[in-house]
Amino acid sequence: MTDWLTPEEWRAVALSLRVSFWATLISLPVGIAVAYVLARYRFRGHQLLNGLVHLPLILPPVVTGYLLLLTFGRKGAVGAFLDQTFGLVFAFRWTGAALAAAVMAFPLMVRAIRMAIEAVDPRLEAAAGTLGASRPWVFVTVTLPLILPGIVAGAILAFAKAMGEFGATITFVANIPGQTQTLPSAIYAYLQVPGGDGAAFRLVLVAIAIAMLALLLSEWVGRSVARRIAGA
Amino acid sequence: MTLDVRLRHAFAGFTLDIAFAAPAGVTALFGRSGSGKTTVINAVAGLLRPDAGRIASDGRVLFDSAGGIDVAVHRRRLGYVFQDARLFPHLTVRQNLLYGRWFAPRGPGETLERVLDLLGIEPLLARHPGALSGGERSRVAIGRALLSNPAMLLMDEPMAALDEARKAEILPYLERLRDETQVPILFVSHALAEVARLATTLVVLEGGRVQRAGPAQDILSDPAAVPALGIREAGSVLAARLARHEADGLSRLETPAGPLWLPRVAADPGAMLRVRIAAQDVMLALTRPEGISALNILPATVTAVRLGEGPGAVVQLRAGTELLLARVTRRSAEAMGLAAGRPVFAVIKSVAVAQSDIGGSG
Repeated sequence: MTDWLTPEEWRAVALSLRVSFWATLISLPVGIAVAYVLARYRFRGHQLLNGLVHLPLILPPVVTGYLLLLTFGRKGAVGAFLDQTFGLVFAFRWTGAALAAAVMAFPLMVRAIRMAIEAVDPRLEAAAGTLGASRPWVFVTVTLPLILPGIVAGAILAFAKAMGEFGATITFVANIPGQTQTLPSAIYAYLQVPGGDGAAFRLVLVAIAIAMLALLLSEWVGRSVARRIAGA
Repeated sequence: MTLDVRLRHAFAGFTLDIAFAAPAGVTALFGRSGSGKTTVINAVAGLLRPDAGRIASDGRVLFDSAGGIDVAVHRRRLGYVFQDARLFPHLTVRQNLLYGRWFAPRGPGETLERVLDLLGIEPLLARHPGALSGGERSRVAIGRALLSNPAMLLMDEPMAALDEARKAEILPYLERLRDETQVPILFVSHALAEVARLATTLVVLEGGRVQRAGPAQDILSDPAAVPALGIREAGSVLAARLARHEADGLSRLETPAGPLWLPRVAADPGAMLRVRIAAQDVMLALTRPEGISALNILPATVTAVRLGEGPGAVVQLRAGTELLLARVTRRSAEAMGLAAGRPVFAVIKSVAVAQSDIGGSG
Protein backbone atom coordinates (compact mmCIF):
# COMPACT_ATOMS: atom_id res chain seq x y z
CA MET A 1 0.00 0.00 0.00
CA THR A 2 2.69 2.45 1.02
CA ASP A 3 5.10 1.18 -1.60
CA TRP A 4 3.97 3.33 -4.43
CA LEU A 5 4.67 6.57 -2.57
CA THR A 6 8.00 7.34 -0.94
CA PRO A 7 7.91 8.31 2.77
CA GLU A 8 8.63 11.88 1.78
CA GLU A 9 5.68 11.89 -0.60
CA TRP A 10 3.47 10.40 2.09
CA ARG A 11 4.51 13.11 4.48
CA ALA A 12 3.42 15.76 2.00
CA VAL A 13 0.01 14.10 1.55
CA ALA A 14 -0.53 13.64 5.29
CA LEU A 15 0.57 17.19 6.00
CA SER A 16 -1.82 18.56 3.39
CA LEU A 17 -4.71 16.61 4.90
CA ARG A 18 -3.84 17.84 8.41
CA VAL A 19 -3.42 21.44 7.27
CA SER A 20 -6.70 21.41 5.36
CA PHE A 21 -8.61 19.71 8.19
CA TRP A 22 -7.56 22.25 10.78
CA ALA A 23 -7.88 25.19 8.41
CA THR A 24 -11.50 24.18 7.70
CA LEU A 25 -12.42 23.34 11.28
CA ILE A 26 -11.05 26.52 12.83
CA SER A 27 -12.45 28.86 10.18
CA LEU A 28 -15.93 27.29 10.16
CA PRO A 29 -17.41 29.05 13.24
CA VAL A 30 -15.87 32.34 12.14
CA GLY A 31 -17.18 31.78 8.63
CA ILE A 32 -20.72 31.11 9.89
CA ALA A 33 -20.64 34.22 12.09
CA VAL A 34 -19.31 36.46 9.31
CA ALA A 35 -21.78 35.01 6.78
CA TYR A 36 -24.67 35.62 9.21
CA VAL A 37 -23.61 39.20 9.87
CA LEU A 38 -23.19 39.90 6.14
CA ALA A 39 -26.52 38.26 5.26
CA ARG A 40 -28.71 39.65 8.03
CA TYR A 41 -27.38 43.04 9.08
CA ARG A 42 -26.85 46.30 7.26
CA PHE A 43 -24.39 48.57 9.01
CA ARG A 44 -21.64 51.07 8.30
CA GLY A 45 -18.66 49.10 7.15
CA HIS A 46 -20.76 46.30 5.65
CA GLN A 47 -19.06 46.83 2.30
CA LEU A 48 -15.66 47.05 3.98
CA LEU A 49 -16.14 43.74 5.79
CA ASN A 50 -17.41 42.13 2.61
CA GLY A 51 -14.38 43.45 0.75
CA LEU A 52 -11.93 42.23 3.39
CA VAL A 53 -13.45 38.76 3.33
CA HIS A 54 -13.16 38.59 -0.45
CA LEU A 55 -9.71 40.13 -0.71
CA PRO A 56 -7.76 36.81 -0.68
CA LEU A 57 -9.90 35.66 -3.61
CA ILE A 58 -8.85 38.60 -5.75
CA LEU A 59 -5.32 39.44 -4.57
CA PRO A 60 -2.40 37.51 -6.04
CA PRO A 61 -1.76 34.67 -3.54
CA VAL A 62 1.84 35.80 -3.23
CA VAL A 63 0.61 39.14 -1.91
CA THR A 64 -1.65 37.46 0.65
CA GLY A 65 1.27 35.23 1.72
CA TYR A 66 3.57 38.21 2.07
CA LEU A 67 0.97 40.12 4.12
CA LEU A 68 0.60 37.09 6.37
CA LEU A 69 4.38 36.99 6.78
CA LEU A 70 4.41 40.68 7.73
CA THR A 71 1.58 40.26 10.24
CA PHE A 72 2.04 36.77 11.63
CA GLY A 73 5.78 36.35 11.15
CA ARG A 74 7.98 36.24 14.25
CA LYS A 75 8.64 39.97 13.88
CA GLY A 76 5.11 40.81 12.80
CA ALA A 77 2.86 42.65 15.25
CA VAL A 78 0.39 39.81 15.78
CA GLY A 79 2.96 37.06 15.32
CA ALA A 80 5.25 38.43 18.01
CA PHE A 81 2.35 38.87 20.41
CA LEU A 82 1.05 35.32 19.88
CA ASP A 83 4.56 33.91 20.23
CA GLN A 84 5.24 35.70 23.51
CA THR A 85 1.77 35.23 25.02
CA PHE A 86 0.76 31.75 23.91
CA GLY A 87 3.94 30.37 22.43
CA LEU A 88 2.03 30.02 19.20
CA VAL A 89 4.31 30.32 16.17
CA PHE A 90 3.07 30.43 12.59
CA ALA A 91 6.14 31.29 10.57
CA PHE A 92 7.70 28.26 8.83
CA ARG A 93 5.48 25.82 10.76
CA TRP A 94 2.59 23.67 9.61
CA THR A 95 0.28 25.93 11.67
CA GLY A 96 1.30 28.75 9.35
CA ALA A 97 0.36 26.61 6.35
CA ALA A 98 -3.04 26.01 7.99
CA LEU A 99 -3.47 29.74 8.60
CA ALA A 100 -2.62 30.55 4.98
CA ALA A 101 -4.98 27.85 3.73
CA ALA A 102 -7.76 29.09 6.03
CA VAL A 103 -7.39 32.68 4.87
CA MET A 104 -7.37 31.67 1.20
CA ALA A 105 -10.39 29.37 1.58
CA PHE A 106 -12.37 31.78 3.76
CA PRO A 107 -14.11 33.74 0.97
CA LEU A 108 -15.41 30.56 -0.67
CA MET A 109 -16.72 29.26 2.65
CA VAL A 110 -18.43 32.53 3.56
CA ARG A 111 -20.05 32.83 0.13
CA ALA A 112 -21.60 29.37 0.31
CA ILE A 113 -22.90 29.84 3.86
CA ARG A 114 -24.12 33.37 3.21
CA MET A 115 -26.16 32.17 0.25
CA ALA A 116 -27.74 29.49 2.44
CA ILE A 117 -28.61 32.05 5.15
CA GLU A 118 -30.13 34.41 2.61
CA ALA A 119 -32.36 31.56 1.43
CA VAL A 120 -33.82 31.09 4.93
CA ASP A 121 -37.16 32.84 5.25
CA PRO A 122 -36.76 35.44 8.04
CA ARG A 123 -40.48 35.01 8.71
CA LEU A 124 -39.72 31.53 10.07
CA GLU A 125 -37.25 33.10 12.49
CA ALA A 126 -39.86 35.68 13.50
CA ALA A 127 -42.34 32.85 14.11
CA ALA A 128 -39.83 31.12 16.39
CA GLY A 129 -39.49 34.40 18.30
CA THR A 130 -43.23 34.61 18.93
CA LEU A 131 -43.07 31.07 20.33
CA GLY A 132 -40.68 32.24 23.02
CA ALA A 133 -37.27 31.57 21.48
CA SER A 134 -34.61 34.25 22.04
CA ARG A 135 -32.31 35.20 19.17
CA PRO A 136 -29.55 32.69 19.96
CA TRP A 137 -32.11 29.92 20.35
CA VAL A 138 -33.79 30.87 17.08
CA PHE A 139 -30.40 30.58 15.41
CA VAL A 140 -29.64 27.19 16.93
CA THR A 141 -33.07 25.62 16.44
CA VAL A 142 -34.24 27.14 13.16
CA THR A 143 -31.53 28.94 11.19
CA LEU A 144 -28.69 26.48 11.76
CA PRO A 145 -30.59 23.31 10.78
CA LEU A 146 -31.94 25.06 7.68
CA ILE A 147 -28.49 26.23 6.50
CA LEU A 148 -26.77 22.93 7.24
CA PRO A 149 -26.50 21.99 3.53
CA GLY A 150 -24.83 25.35 2.88
CA ILE A 151 -22.44 24.83 5.78
CA VAL A 152 -21.48 21.38 4.51
CA ALA A 153 -20.99 22.71 1.00
CA GLY A 154 -18.93 25.63 2.30
CA ALA A 155 -16.77 23.38 4.47
CA ILE A 156 -16.01 20.95 1.68
CA LEU A 157 -15.29 23.75 -0.75
CA ALA A 158 -12.94 25.28 1.81
CA PHE A 159 -11.26 21.92 2.40
CA ALA A 160 -10.68 21.42 -1.31
CA LYS A 161 -9.34 24.94 -1.68
CA ALA A 162 -7.03 24.41 1.32
CA MET A 163 -5.70 21.19 -0.24
CA GLY A 164 -4.76 23.08 -3.38
CA GLU A 165 -3.38 26.25 -1.78
CA PHE A 166 0.11 26.99 -3.02
CA GLY A 167 1.06 30.62 -3.57
CA ALA A 168 0.29 32.09 -0.16
CA THR A 169 1.57 29.02 1.64
CA ILE A 170 4.96 28.88 -0.05
CA THR A 171 5.40 32.63 0.45
CA PHE A 172 4.44 32.55 4.12
CA VAL A 173 5.96 29.28 5.38
CA ALA A 174 8.28 28.25 2.51
CA ASN A 175 8.67 24.66 1.34
CA ILE A 176 10.32 22.63 4.10
CA PRO A 177 9.86 18.88 3.62
CA GLY A 178 8.03 17.36 6.60
CA GLN A 179 7.35 20.82 8.04
CA THR A 180 5.54 22.98 5.53
CA GLN A 181 5.79 21.00 2.31
CA THR A 182 2.17 20.42 1.38
CA LEU A 183 1.00 18.41 -1.63
CA PRO A 184 1.15 21.29 -4.15
CA SER A 185 4.50 22.46 -2.77
CA ALA A 186 5.86 18.94 -3.11
CA ILE A 187 4.68 18.66 -6.70
CA TYR A 188 6.31 21.98 -7.43
CA ALA A 189 9.56 20.88 -5.76
CA TYR A 190 9.69 17.59 -7.69
CA LEU A 191 9.17 19.40 -10.95
CA GLN A 192 12.22 21.57 -10.19
CA VAL A 193 14.63 18.63 -10.02
CA PRO A 194 15.71 16.39 -12.93
CA GLY A 195 13.94 12.99 -12.80
CA GLY A 196 11.26 14.21 -10.41
CA ASP A 197 8.45 13.77 -12.97
CA GLY A 198 7.47 10.32 -11.68
CA ALA A 199 7.00 11.49 -8.10
CA ALA A 200 5.17 14.61 -9.26
CA PHE A 201 2.82 12.52 -11.37
CA ARG A 202 2.03 10.18 -8.47
CA LEU A 203 1.17 13.14 -6.27
CA VAL A 204 -0.98 14.61 -9.03
CA LEU A 205 -2.99 11.36 -9.04
CA VAL A 206 -3.39 11.59 -5.26
CA ALA A 207 -4.56 15.20 -5.57
CA ILE A 208 -7.13 14.23 -8.20
CA ALA A 209 -8.37 11.33 -6.07
CA ILE A 210 -8.79 13.49 -2.97
CA ALA A 211 -10.57 16.21 -4.94
CA MET A 212 -13.00 13.70 -6.47
CA LEU A 213 -13.64 12.11 -3.10
CA ALA A 214 -14.39 15.49 -1.50
CA LEU A 215 -16.76 16.35 -4.32
CA LEU A 216 -18.68 13.06 -4.06
CA LEU A 217 -18.84 13.38 -0.29
CA SER A 218 -20.23 16.90 -0.50
CA GLU A 219 -22.88 15.80 -3.01
CA TRP A 220 -23.91 12.89 -0.81
CA VAL A 221 -23.96 14.83 2.47
CA GLY A 222 -25.74 17.75 0.82
CA ARG A 223 -28.44 15.50 -0.60
CA SER A 224 -29.08 13.61 2.62
CA VAL A 225 -29.23 16.80 4.69
CA ALA A 226 -31.56 18.44 2.19
CA ARG A 227 -33.77 15.37 2.22
CA ARG A 228 -33.99 15.41 5.99
CA ILE A 229 -34.90 19.11 6.02
CA ALA A 230 -37.48 18.87 3.26
CA GLY A 231 -38.93 16.04 5.30
CA ALA A 232 -39.86 13.74 2.47
CA MET B 1 -57.79 39.56 30.76
CA THR B 2 -57.75 42.73 28.74
CA LEU B 3 -55.44 43.97 26.05
CA ASP B 4 -55.12 47.74 25.87
CA VAL B 5 -53.71 49.12 22.67
CA ARG B 6 -52.94 52.70 21.79
CA LEU B 7 -50.50 53.37 19.00
CA ARG B 8 -49.43 55.72 16.27
CA HIS B 9 -47.28 54.75 13.34
CA ALA B 10 -46.49 56.64 10.17
CA PHE B 11 -45.96 54.99 6.83
CA ALA B 12 -45.31 56.74 3.53
CA GLY B 13 -48.59 58.56 2.87
CA PHE B 14 -50.52 56.81 5.63
CA THR B 15 -50.76 57.24 9.37
CA LEU B 16 -52.10 54.66 11.76
CA ASP B 17 -53.57 56.22 14.87
CA ILE B 18 -55.72 53.90 16.91
CA ALA B 19 -56.78 52.95 20.41
CA PHE B 20 -58.94 50.06 21.53
CA ALA B 21 -59.36 47.53 24.30
CA ALA B 22 -59.79 43.82 23.71
CA PRO B 23 -61.59 42.12 26.62
CA ALA B 24 -61.69 38.37 27.17
CA GLY B 25 -63.18 36.38 24.30
CA VAL B 26 -62.56 36.87 20.60
CA THR B 27 -61.80 40.37 19.39
CA ALA B 28 -61.88 40.88 15.64
CA LEU B 29 -59.93 43.65 13.92
CA PHE B 30 -62.00 44.15 10.82
CA GLY B 31 -61.12 46.30 7.84
CA ARG B 32 -60.27 46.30 4.18
CA SER B 33 -56.72 45.62 3.01
CA GLY B 34 -54.58 48.64 3.76
CA SER B 35 -56.62 49.69 6.78
CA GLY B 36 -53.73 48.89 9.11
CA LYS B 37 -54.97 45.65 10.69
CA THR B 38 -51.80 43.64 10.27
CA THR B 39 -49.64 46.53 11.47
CA VAL B 40 -51.65 46.61 14.70
CA ILE B 41 -51.31 42.89 15.35
CA ASN B 42 -47.58 42.96 14.49
CA ALA B 43 -47.08 45.85 16.91
CA VAL B 44 -48.88 43.88 19.62
CA ALA B 45 -46.67 40.85 18.92
CA GLY B 46 -43.54 43.00 18.97
CA LEU B 47 -42.61 42.29 15.35
CA LEU B 48 -43.03 45.97 14.51
CA ARG B 49 -42.06 48.88 16.70
CA PRO B 50 -44.65 51.66 16.45
CA ASP B 51 -43.59 55.29 16.47
CA ALA B 52 -45.50 55.96 19.66
CA GLY B 53 -48.08 54.42 21.93
CA ARG B 54 -48.64 51.96 24.73
CA ILE B 55 -49.61 48.30 24.66
CA ALA B 56 -50.51 46.47 27.85
CA SER B 57 -51.83 42.99 28.42
CA ASP B 58 -53.67 42.59 31.70
CA GLY B 59 -51.78 45.54 33.14
CA ARG B 60 -48.42 44.11 32.01
CA VAL B 61 -46.85 46.80 29.84
CA LEU B 62 -45.44 45.32 26.63
CA PHE B 63 -44.63 48.58 24.93
CA ASP B 64 -44.60 52.16 26.10
CA SER B 65 -42.85 54.76 24.00
CA ALA B 66 -43.08 57.34 26.80
CA GLY B 67 -41.60 54.99 29.41
CA GLY B 68 -39.04 53.54 27.00
CA ILE B 69 -40.44 50.03 27.42
CA ASP B 70 -40.27 47.56 24.55
CA VAL B 71 -40.52 43.95 25.69
CA ALA B 72 -38.73 41.56 23.32
CA VAL B 73 -40.90 39.40 21.05
CA HIS B 74 -39.96 36.16 22.79
CA ARG B 75 -40.82 37.53 26.23
CA ARG B 76 -44.31 38.77 25.31
CA ARG B 77 -45.89 35.33 25.46
CA LEU B 78 -48.39 36.04 22.72
CA GLY B 79 -49.06 33.08 20.44
CA TYR B 80 -49.11 34.28 16.85
CA VAL B 81 -50.90 32.29 14.14
CA PHE B 82 -49.62 33.64 10.84
CA GLN B 83 -51.60 33.80 7.65
CA ASP B 84 -49.01 31.58 5.97
CA ALA B 85 -48.72 29.14 8.93
CA ARG B 86 -44.89 29.37 8.96
CA LEU B 87 -44.34 25.84 10.19
CA PHE B 88 -40.70 24.82 10.52
CA PRO B 89 -39.94 22.69 7.46
CA HIS B 90 -37.14 20.72 9.13
CA LEU B 91 -39.31 19.55 12.02
CA THR B 92 -42.15 17.04 12.16
CA VAL B 93 -45.65 18.13 13.11
CA ARG B 94 -45.03 16.84 16.63
CA GLN B 95 -41.77 18.80 16.92
CA ASN B 96 -43.47 21.88 15.52
CA LEU B 97 -46.27 21.58 18.07
CA LEU B 98 -43.87 21.17 20.96
CA TYR B 99 -41.44 23.86 19.84
CA GLY B 100 -42.86 26.55 22.14
CA ARG B 101 -42.84 24.13 25.07
CA TRP B 102 -39.08 24.49 25.37
CA PHE B 103 -39.43 28.15 26.17
CA ALA B 104 -42.85 28.41 27.80
CA PRO B 105 -43.01 28.90 31.54
CA ARG B 106 -44.19 25.83 33.40
CA GLY B 107 -47.73 26.13 34.60
CA PRO B 108 -51.30 25.45 33.67
CA GLY B 109 -51.82 25.48 29.97
CA GLU B 110 -53.11 23.33 27.18
CA THR B 111 -51.75 19.79 27.07
CA LEU B 112 -50.66 18.14 23.84
CA GLU B 113 -53.48 15.60 24.16
CA ARG B 114 -56.13 18.28 24.47
CA VAL B 115 -54.78 20.34 21.57
CA LEU B 116 -54.57 17.24 19.36
CA ASP B 117 -58.17 16.46 20.22
CA LEU B 118 -59.39 20.05 19.85
CA LEU B 119 -57.86 20.47 16.39
CA GLY B 120 -58.11 16.89 15.14
CA ILE B 121 -54.42 16.69 14.21
CA GLU B 122 -53.33 13.51 15.97
CA PRO B 123 -52.97 11.55 12.69
CA LEU B 124 -50.53 14.17 11.37
CA LEU B 125 -47.97 13.97 14.18
CA ALA B 126 -45.26 12.05 12.34
CA ARG B 127 -45.53 14.03 9.11
CA HIS B 128 -43.47 16.97 7.91
CA PRO B 129 -45.14 20.29 7.02
CA GLY B 130 -44.33 19.75 3.35
CA ALA B 131 -46.77 16.83 3.30
CA LEU B 132 -49.75 18.73 4.78
CA SER B 133 -52.71 20.36 3.06
CA GLY B 134 -53.42 24.06 3.59
CA GLY B 135 -56.12 23.39 6.15
CA GLU B 136 -53.98 20.92 8.07
CA ARG B 137 -51.13 23.40 8.12
CA SER B 138 -53.40 26.08 9.60
CA ARG B 139 -54.58 23.72 12.32
CA VAL B 140 -51.03 22.72 13.23
CA ALA B 141 -50.04 26.40 13.35
CA ILE B 142 -52.91 27.10 15.74
CA GLY B 143 -51.91 24.14 17.89
CA ARG B 144 -48.28 25.23 17.94
CA ALA B 145 -49.24 28.72 19.13
CA LEU B 146 -51.62 27.31 21.78
CA LEU B 147 -48.98 24.97 23.19
CA SER B 148 -46.54 27.82 23.78
CA ASN B 149 -48.86 28.60 26.71
CA PRO B 150 -49.62 32.14 25.52
CA ALA B 151 -51.35 34.85 27.51
CA MET B 152 -53.26 35.64 24.31
CA LEU B 153 -53.57 34.28 20.81
CA LEU B 154 -52.99 36.58 17.82
CA MET B 155 -54.29 35.51 14.44
CA ASP B 156 -53.56 37.32 11.20
CA GLU B 157 -56.24 36.22 8.75
CA PRO B 158 -55.61 32.59 9.60
CA MET B 159 -57.96 31.54 6.83
CA ALA B 160 -57.19 34.03 4.07
CA ALA B 161 -54.93 31.61 2.22
CA LEU B 162 -57.58 28.86 2.21
CA ASP B 163 -60.35 28.12 -0.24
CA GLU B 164 -63.99 28.05 0.88
CA ALA B 165 -64.00 24.33 1.61
CA ARG B 166 -60.88 24.58 3.80
CA LYS B 167 -62.33 27.62 5.58
CA ALA B 168 -65.44 25.64 6.40
CA GLU B 169 -63.11 22.97 7.77
CA ILE B 170 -61.23 25.38 10.07
CA LEU B 171 -64.07 27.56 11.38
CA PRO B 172 -65.56 24.95 13.72
CA TYR B 173 -62.11 24.44 15.27
CA LEU B 174 -61.78 28.16 15.90
CA GLU B 175 -65.23 28.16 17.50
CA ARG B 176 -64.16 25.34 19.79
CA LEU B 177 -61.05 27.30 20.60
CA ARG B 178 -63.21 30.27 21.60
CA ASP B 179 -65.66 28.20 23.61
CA GLU B 180 -63.42 25.56 25.20
CA THR B 181 -60.20 27.35 26.07
CA GLN B 182 -59.59 30.30 28.32
CA VAL B 183 -57.16 31.93 25.92
CA PRO B 184 -58.35 35.28 24.62
CA ILE B 185 -57.97 35.80 20.90
CA LEU B 186 -57.23 38.89 18.81
CA PHE B 187 -57.80 38.16 15.16
CA VAL B 188 -57.57 40.11 11.97
CA SER B 189 -60.05 39.61 9.17
CA HIS B 190 -61.54 41.27 6.14
CA ALA B 191 -64.35 38.70 5.83
CA LEU B 192 -67.44 39.79 7.71
CA ALA B 193 -69.06 36.34 7.67
CA GLU B 194 -66.00 35.01 9.52
CA VAL B 195 -66.16 37.88 12.00
CA ALA B 196 -69.88 37.37 12.59
CA ARG B 197 -69.30 33.73 13.43
CA LEU B 198 -66.33 34.16 15.72
CA ALA B 199 -66.10 37.61 17.26
CA THR B 200 -67.45 38.68 20.63
CA THR B 201 -65.86 42.12 20.31
CA LEU B 202 -65.47 43.98 17.05
CA VAL B 203 -63.05 46.77 16.17
CA VAL B 204 -63.65 48.25 12.74
CA LEU B 205 -60.62 49.94 11.17
CA GLU B 206 -60.78 52.33 8.26
CA GLY B 207 -57.86 54.28 6.83
CA GLY B 208 -55.76 53.78 9.93
CA ARG B 209 -58.46 54.91 12.38
CA VAL B 210 -60.89 53.03 14.61
CA GLN B 211 -64.28 53.52 13.02
CA ARG B 212 -66.31 51.58 15.55
CA ALA B 213 -65.49 49.39 18.53
CA GLY B 214 -67.69 47.41 20.90
CA PRO B 215 -69.60 44.17 21.38
CA ALA B 216 -69.81 42.41 18.01
CA GLN B 217 -73.58 41.88 18.12
CA ASP B 218 -74.22 45.59 18.76
CA ILE B 219 -72.07 46.77 15.89
CA LEU B 220 -73.29 44.13 13.44
CA SER B 221 -76.89 45.17 14.06
CA ASP B 222 -76.20 48.92 13.96
CA PRO B 223 -77.33 50.53 10.70
CA ALA B 224 -74.81 53.34 11.24
CA ALA B 225 -71.98 50.81 11.04
CA VAL B 226 -73.16 49.39 7.74
CA PRO B 227 -71.13 51.71 5.46
CA ALA B 228 -67.92 50.76 7.28
CA LEU B 229 -68.73 47.05 7.14
CA GLY B 230 -69.88 47.03 3.52
CA ILE B 231 -73.52 46.90 2.50
CA ARG B 232 -73.28 43.58 0.68
CA GLU B 233 -71.78 41.96 3.72
CA ALA B 234 -73.86 43.62 6.43
CA GLY B 235 -76.07 41.45 8.56
CA SER B 236 -76.93 40.75 12.16
CA VAL B 237 -76.31 37.66 14.25
CA LEU B 238 -79.07 35.79 16.06
CA ALA B 239 -78.43 33.50 18.99
CA ALA B 240 -80.32 30.27 18.38
CA ARG B 241 -80.89 26.81 19.78
CA LEU B 242 -81.38 23.91 17.43
CA ALA B 243 -84.78 22.47 18.38
CA ARG B 244 -85.09 19.51 16.01
CA HIS B 245 -84.49 18.21 12.53
CA GLU B 246 -87.73 17.76 10.64
CA ALA B 247 -88.67 15.01 8.23
CA ASP B 248 -88.58 17.18 5.09
CA GLY B 249 -84.93 18.12 5.57
CA LEU B 250 -85.42 21.39 7.44
CA SER B 251 -84.16 22.18 10.92
CA ARG B 252 -86.19 24.16 13.42
CA LEU B 253 -84.25 26.73 15.43
CA GLU B 254 -85.56 28.63 18.43
CA THR B 255 -84.41 32.22 18.59
CA PRO B 256 -85.47 35.09 20.84
CA ALA B 257 -86.96 36.60 17.67
CA GLY B 258 -89.16 33.57 16.99
CA PRO B 259 -88.79 30.17 15.35
CA LEU B 260 -86.64 29.85 12.27
CA TRP B 261 -86.68 27.04 9.71
CA LEU B 262 -83.43 26.54 7.83
CA PRO B 263 -82.09 23.83 5.53
CA ARG B 264 -80.75 21.00 7.65
CA VAL B 265 -78.13 22.39 10.03
CA ALA B 266 -75.08 20.24 10.69
CA ALA B 267 -75.45 20.06 14.47
CA ASP B 268 -77.29 17.99 17.07
CA PRO B 269 -80.60 19.08 18.60
CA GLY B 270 -79.95 21.22 21.66
CA ALA B 271 -76.83 22.81 20.16
CA MET B 272 -76.41 26.54 20.72
CA LEU B 273 -75.77 28.36 17.45
CA ARG B 274 -75.04 31.78 16.01
CA VAL B 275 -76.93 32.45 12.80
CA ARG B 276 -75.98 35.34 10.56
CA ILE B 277 -78.88 36.88 8.69
CA ALA B 278 -77.63 39.11 5.87
CA ALA B 279 -79.46 42.44 5.61
CA GLN B 280 -80.11 41.89 1.92
CA ASP B 281 -81.92 38.59 2.61
CA VAL B 282 -84.54 40.22 4.84
CA MET B 283 -87.76 41.46 3.24
CA LEU B 284 -90.29 43.66 5.07
CA ALA B 285 -94.12 43.63 5.00
CA LEU B 286 -96.67 45.77 6.82
CA THR B 287 -99.16 42.91 7.19
CA ARG B 288 -98.42 39.23 7.76
CA PRO B 289 -97.89 37.94 4.22
CA GLU B 290 -99.87 34.90 3.17
CA GLY B 291 -99.48 32.50 0.31
CA ILE B 292 -95.73 33.11 -0.09
CA SER B 293 -92.95 30.60 -0.25
CA ALA B 294 -90.76 32.10 2.47
CA LEU B 295 -91.12 30.06 5.66
CA ASN B 296 -89.78 32.50 8.19
CA ILE B 297 -92.02 35.41 9.07
CA LEU B 298 -91.03 37.20 12.26
CA PRO B 299 -93.10 39.97 13.81
CA ALA B 300 -90.87 42.95 14.56
CA THR B 301 -90.79 46.66 15.27
CA VAL B 302 -88.70 49.20 13.36
CA THR B 303 -86.16 50.78 15.69
CA ALA B 304 -84.13 52.86 13.22
CA VAL B 305 -83.94 53.70 9.55
CA ARG B 306 -80.79 54.87 7.89
CA LEU B 307 -81.00 56.23 4.37
CA GLY B 308 -77.95 55.54 2.25
CA GLU B 309 -76.18 57.77 -0.24
CA GLY B 310 -77.76 55.94 -3.15
CA PRO B 311 -81.18 54.40 -3.63
CA GLY B 312 -80.88 52.08 -0.64
CA ALA B 313 -81.82 52.20 3.02
CA VAL B 314 -80.97 50.03 6.01
CA VAL B 315 -83.70 49.33 8.55
CA GLN B 316 -83.00 48.08 12.05
CA LEU B 317 -85.73 45.94 13.60
CA ARG B 318 -86.33 44.55 17.03
CA ALA B 319 -87.74 41.04 16.97
CA GLY B 320 -88.19 39.71 20.49
CA THR B 321 -84.95 40.67 22.22
CA GLU B 322 -82.87 40.49 19.05
CA LEU B 323 -81.93 43.12 16.50
CA LEU B 324 -82.15 42.43 12.78
CA LEU B 325 -81.06 44.48 9.79
CA ALA B 326 -83.00 44.71 6.53
CA ARG B 327 -81.77 46.27 3.33
CA VAL B 328 -84.56 47.87 1.30
CA THR B 329 -84.86 50.67 -1.25
CA ARG B 330 -85.56 54.25 -0.17
CA ARG B 331 -88.64 54.14 -2.31
CA SER B 332 -90.05 51.19 -0.33
CA ALA B 333 -89.05 52.75 2.97
CA GLU B 334 -90.96 55.91 2.08
CA ALA B 335 -93.97 54.14 0.57
CA MET B 336 -94.33 51.92 3.64
CA GLY B 337 -93.78 54.81 6.01
CA LEU B 338 -90.99 52.96 7.78
CA ALA B 339 -89.96 54.85 10.91
CA ALA B 340 -89.03 53.98 14.44
CA GLY B 341 -91.94 52.35 16.25
CA ARG B 342 -93.65 50.99 13.15
CA PRO B 343 -94.69 47.33 13.50
CA VAL B 344 -93.65 45.16 10.53
CA PHE B 345 -93.06 41.55 9.55
CA ALA B 346 -89.57 40.42 8.60
CA VAL B 347 -89.55 37.77 5.89
CA ILE B 348 -86.48 35.55 5.55
CA LYS B 349 -86.12 32.88 2.88
CA SER B 350 -84.90 29.65 4.45
CA VAL B 351 -82.49 28.93 1.64
CA ALA B 352 -80.92 32.40 1.87
CA VAL B 353 -79.05 31.37 5.00
CA ALA B 354 -75.96 29.49 3.93
CA GLN B 355 -74.40 26.71 5.94
CA SER B 356 -71.35 28.95 6.40
CA ASP B 357 -73.52 31.55 8.14
CA ILE B 358 -74.29 29.15 10.96
CA GLY B 359 -71.73 28.58 13.66
CA GLY B 360 -71.55 27.05 17.08
CA SER B 361 -71.64 29.08 20.25
CA GLY B 362 -70.66 27.82 23.66
